[in-house]
Amino acid sequence: MSGGTPAGSVGIVLVSHSAAVATAVAELARGLAGGGDLAPVAPAGGTPDGGLGTSSELICEAAKAVDRGAGVAVLVDLGSAVLTVKALLAEGDELPGGTRLVDAPFVEGAVAALVTASAGGDLDAVAAAASEAYAYRKE
Amino acid sequence: MEQVGEKEETGEADRVDDGTETFGADFLVRWLTHLAEAVDREADRLTELDSAIGDADHGVNLKRGFAAVSDILAKEPPATPGAVLTTAGRQLISTVGGASGPLYGTLLRRAGKTLGDGERVTRAELAEALGAGVAAVSQLGGAQVGDKTMLDALVPAVEGLRESYGAARTAAEAGALATVPLRARKGRASYLGERSVGHQDPGATSSALLFAALDETAGAEASRSEEASRSAESSRTEAAGAETSRAEGAS
Repeated sequence: MSGGTPAGSVGIVLVSHSAAVATAVAELARGLAGGGDLAPVAPAGGTPDGGLGTSSELICEAAKAVDRGAGVAVLVDLGSAVLTVKALLAEGDELPGGTRLVDAPFVEGAVAALVTASAGGDLDAVAAAASEAYAYRKE
Repeated sequence: MEQVGEKEETGEADRVDDGTETFGADFLVRWLTHLAEAVDREADRLTELDSAIGDADHGVNLKRGFAAVSDILAKEPPATPGAVLTTAGRQLISTVGGASGPLYGTLLRRAGKTLGDGERVTRAELAEALGAGVAAVSQLGGAQVGDKTMLDALVPAVEGLRESYGAARTAAEAGALATVPLRARKGRASYLGERSVGHQDPGATSSALLFAALDETAGAEASRSEEASRSAESSRTEAAGAETSRAEGAS
């Protein structure tokens, strides 16, 4: 167990076509999640060579890095990010057991997921909180 | 698979294709290698189609993916037809970087799993397996025939494959052409709405390449077995000839 991480918390992976977006949203979520120990969150953005796209390799690495045995919530932006995670879950064994694709808005969902996971919520609670972010209307 | 007996020695498909002749892993390796060459050749055209209604990366993404497939199959050729397809599918998911990676990857991986671990399969079994792969693609992307996607070529192609390699190819090419007047309902092209009408779908176009390569590989296979018997014949003749000239030279 790494220092500062609540024992057995749900891990969060943020998959974007852009490394900068994934990294910045992870930063933003950490910043907005408040004080105390935070659940592990890892960005998986862009392709390994730094381009725009989706990398199954980076996704699998990130999922393994945040897996504490309580499940991993994966949030994605669009297109190939969605399809790649779905394909990995449906056909492969590359992702840790208990990895779930969460249907949520990327930025708001990431914040809600991290707050909930850091408070000790289980995978269902984390997924529900992230999805509920869809219901927040802005006008 | 009752007819395996006498063909096991050569490992070649029969010339007469009634769907019951069996082939091994090597045939599918040749197919995917041939497909990689076709994708490489057509990459610019695919990207051009994708620049009209997509994000102009289809050709370059698929080229990278299938080159990686071709590499891994050459380096570590899997032992069974099923393993060839699952290996190729896994490779596509990990190397393409765009939506076509998980889509084609799922197609081949599910097809490979459906084939199981038999050493030889028939065209009919391949059609069945690819049918399961196409269903998985449809489920993954949530698309149906008529949505202006790869399914517009894949679905009729798999139907055609039950009949013959040639029918599969013709159906796939017709399906790809038929996407031109359609309005895209899935993927990035769907953001364009009516503006997607009048362009051929890049995914359906690359799907047609799959079945053109399969038909060509099966055709080459047929001439390979013809050639094999011809060259066996001629090498016997040549050997006899060489015997004669050696005998002549010695004298």
